[in-house]
Amino acid sequence: MSSGSHHPNLETLAGRIEAGTGVKLAHCYQCGKCAAGCPVGDEMDLPPCQVFRLLQLGFPDLDEKVLRSEGIWLCLACETCSSRCPQEVEIPKVMDFIRGEALKRGIAHPKSKDILSFHRAFLDSIEYTGRLYEVGLVADYKLRSRHMLKDVMLAPKMYIKGKLGLFPHLIKNRSGMKTLFKRTMGKG
Amino acid sequence: MRIGYYPGCSLLGSSREFDESTRAVLTALGVELTEVSDWNCCGASSAHVLNHELSLALPARILALAEQAGITEILAPCAACSNRLLSAQQELAAHPEKIAEIEAAIGMPYKGTAKIVNILEVLGRLKDQIAAKTTKPFAKKVANYYGCLLVRPPRVVNFDRPEDPQSMDLMVKAVGATPVEWPFKTECCGAAFSVTRTDIVAKLSGKLVKDAVKRGADVIVVACPMCHSNLDLRRSEINEYLGEQHGIPAMFITQVIGLALGLDPVALGIQRHMVPVEFKETAAASAQ
Repeated sequence: MSSGSHHPNLETLAGRIEAGTGVKLAHCYQCGKCAAGCPVGDEMDLPPCQVFRLLQLGFPDLDEKVLRSEGIWLCLACETCSSRCPQEVEIPKVMDFIRGEALKRGIAHPKSKDILSFHRAFLDSIEYTGRLYEVGLVADYKLRSRHMLKDVMLAPKMYIKGKLGLFPHLIKNRSGMKTLFKRTMGKG
Repeated sequence: MRIGYYPGCSLLGSSREFDESTRAVLTALGVELTEVSDWNCCGASSAHVLNHELSLALPARILALAEQAGITEILAPCAACSNRLLSAQQELAAHPEKIAEIEAAIGMPYKGTAKIVNILEVLGRLKDQIAAKTTKPFAKKVANYYGCLLVRPPRVVNFDRPEDPQSMDLMVKAVGATPVEWPFKTECCGAAFSVTRTDIVAKLSGKLVKDAVKRGADVIVVACPMCHSNLDLRRSEINEYLGEQHGIPAMFITQVIGLALGLDPVALGIQRHMVPVEFKETAAASAQ
């Protein structure tokens, strides 16, 4: 555990989380309130309190079990857990960090693919136009995820209701957006 | 009152009626909106998943543009946008050592001085005026759905109560509606899983549609584009999941207020919903 030290042990995922986010996993005393209130807790292989318990132990194989879990990809960042946590642990922030490390190490759960495809398509849309172009997002997501037929019936209905623009909204300073993405995402 | 305005991407597309009704209502109440020029997406529910610095830089650029234009207060009607703007502003205030790198990324100086407000805060200030100008009371039973991002996490948004909030309930009462007591005010609708995990959205949103109906609500009122699109665009999936047909409409709070002020329903974008906004004649409505 990383408690009682000013220098988190970077050998453990818990230590890297503390160094990267400032969240100390030792603060969790396993009350289970996070898992009880989580809207997707019943879909998770490891609910938040179990993720925390495994990481508190600081063993490499348990760290890896967390990094490979599906549940970390289901966190919606609804913040119910962190709002109710008696220790005010910022759980969604930890989930973001863990997902990042799972991706870097190439051991993210296979079911994360669709969710990642969506986020990448979303960010690509912003990088090129500055604003989210919903039509482009869905088209790009379909190509990446190969769910070509998903929601094809919804588009014409949305178009009739005036909810689908045919062209993206381009901001003026698109080169500035390129720089912004390069300086943040580029660092990996 | 003059106030800066950051509509955000959803309000240009799938939730354009939220933009239309916000502008219509605030204009009718004498509020002047100054849109942040050349604004970009805030990163919403995607940037923070993939890159933390990006999730700070995107909102910081918006705030810096607002500062350049001399805007001291920004209304972000989208709950996700206001939440992301607040999160980034607070993190940069707590960690000023990160500002230099963010300024280099956005190519602009950043101070983080503009105050960010959500739509319920702005409407709350105008409540007396709204009540006085109500010509067509919205005499319906209303399930007020706040969702996640308006009230959580409390240390970031510092708005209303994280459990059982009251601001929207007080607002609809001011225009003649009766809020129902229900436990789903701040339960998650499934948010950004609308496209990738529609099954989860159908389940989570299904629970709250079913309960709103059970408690006798005529309409679910929201203040978040993601909540609205899940409750409205995804209604066929919700009904399929529940094995029941529920036609209860979901409306933006600004549309409800606009109708009560006697504004043109078309100008409020009422016709843009997938679930039509139609009400059965109730005793309360026919008594008007």
